[in-house]
Amino acid sequence: MKLDISDIEHIADLARLHLTDEEKERYADQLSAVFDYIGMLNEVDTTGVAETCQVTGLEDVVREDVAVESDEETRKKIIGQFPNKIGKLLKVKAVFSAE
Amino acid sequence: MKTLNELTIEQARVGLDNKEFTSVELTQACLDRIHDRNEEINAFITVTDDLALVEAKKADAMIVKGEQKMLTGIPYSVKDAICTLDVRSTASAKILDNYIPPFDATVIKKIREQGAVLVGKTNCDAFGHGASNEQSMYGPVKNPHDTRKVAGGSSGGAAASVADHQCLFAIAEDTGGSIRQPAAFCGVYGIRPSYGRNSRYGIMPMASSFDTVGPMAKTAADIAILMEVMAGVDAKDATTVPDAVPAYKKEIEKLEIRNLRVGVPKEYFELEGLTDEVKEAIESKIEELKKQGATIVPVSLPHTKYAIPVYYIAVPSEDSSNLGRIDGIRYGVQSDMEKLYDTYAHSREHGFPEEVKRRIMLGTYALSAGYYDAYYRKAQQVRTLIMQDFDTVFQDVDVLITPTSPFPAFGIGEKKDDVIAMYLADVFVSPASVAGIPGISVPAGMSKNGLPIGMQILGPRLGESKILQVANVL
Repeated sequence: MKLDISDIEHIADLARLHLTDEEKERYADQLSAVFDYIGMLNEVDTTGVAETCQVTGLEDVVREDVAVESDEETRKKIIGQFPNKIGKLLKVKAVFSAE
Repeated sequence: MKTLNELTIEQARVGLDNKEFTSVELTQACLDRIHDRNEEINAFITVTDDLALVEAKKADAMIVKGEQKMLTGIPYSVKDAICTLDVRSTASAKILDNYIPPFDATVIKKIREQGAVLVGKTNCDAFGHGASNEQSMYGPVKNPHDTRKVAGGSSGGAAASVADHQCLFAIAEDTGGSIRQPAAFCGVYGIRPSYGRNSRYGIMPMASSFDTVGPMAKTAADIAILMEVMAGVDAKDATTVPDAVPAYKKEIEKLEIRNLRVGVPKEYFELEGLTDEVKEAIESKIEELKKQGATIVPVSLPHTKYAIPVYYIAVPSEDSSNLGRIDGIRYGVQSDMEKLYDTYAHSREHGFPEEVKRRIMLGTYALSAGYYDAYYRKAQQVRTLIMQDFDTVFQDVDVLITPTSPFPAFGIGEKKDDVIAMYLADVFVSPASVAGIPGISVPAGMSKNGLPIGMQILGPRLGESKILQVANVL
């Protein structure tokens, strides 16, 4: 199978990843090669085979739904990591635009 | 006469407890070695000189009071994709260049509580994506045995830090072989525990249903000591298993080699691309076990060749969703753009290296509308068949022995542009990852060019004791 530049642009958009033109071309080639390689899975008959989503066999691991507060020092450290902030609040760009 | 930084954990424990030297002296020996070698080897992204000496002094005080534990005063390194309280953790990606975690990963907390001494954070392929450490945004790690060769990946810095005696042990992460393959390339011991044996809390998530965290060290006994400290259930990781943690250090002495059944899977030895010298090195180790009285059993794992394709569907799919959170909004390096969309897209463009972007693209595509059934579901079904292969052979044998890698360390730059060749470097380590079983790489001699060869010992789920026992007699 062959992915073209418009496929790559669509995936990059879904992934919120800006790519250069050179990267788009390279990833189109490389992803096509990888999916060709992966195509060998079609040789395997998986009729009636269950999917494995986890390997531990654990089921219904639950805990009480209680909030555990961080101490003041930890809170300060978390807030200290914000790239943009106003006081203790994380500042982000507008999510909705007028357009 | 060994210098202090060349000691094993067991040897250093004796020396510290007998007051032959202090943790400050031991730690300084490691720091001196790092500063002497880091420009060339590039194993460390961050060296924690000041913190290490503070921790070493505390450890010495514990020893004076007789309050020491197994790891008190022992210098170690941590892979940079594992969170360490108040110590920068970049995952080798520029998007986290300034990230200082406000918490310790659970396994690190346990090691710190023992009074071990953190000397620094090790270089790796960014977010664990790679098999050569060339996908670090802080430069490749060079193999201490030959600096023209890669150290392996993704935990190349961790393996080099131990092999080059820059610390006594390393904590790293293994999703598809990232502990075992660099351990083989650098000539040290490295274990991937069973999935769920050690808590993943605080390990920067790559593929959540595959990720494990484990130690690298200079002997099997040291690995056993570390597993005893690290393993166990954690309320912060719901996938940790409640099974009691064995006393691995005592367990490894208990091998009755005459009762040991060693499986040799033919698919691993028939692979095109397996080099003769690796094959011969592993066969001579198998011969050694046979002479000691073990029974050698030829076995077959028919779905072996599908492990890499399964891995490169399932893992990038999980990668791409996990990496969604790395967007430069709440922490890390943010690109200064006017719009929110562009802030995400450009922070990620500049903060991720090539392989991370490639995995995000692969995974996003595999999970996108119309392709989920064809790729992800199919891969998860074949995953079941690979697990069944292992379950079947482990009814007959105690452990499996294989090469860790088809070849010794390759040249820096040699495979960089050939994506499939790089993925195939993990051909012997990815099946165990897919199945969630434990595996250890142990040194198995040297190639004619003086590069280490690694042998892999695989065991059934939660069979760490058995693989450590076998590692200990080789």
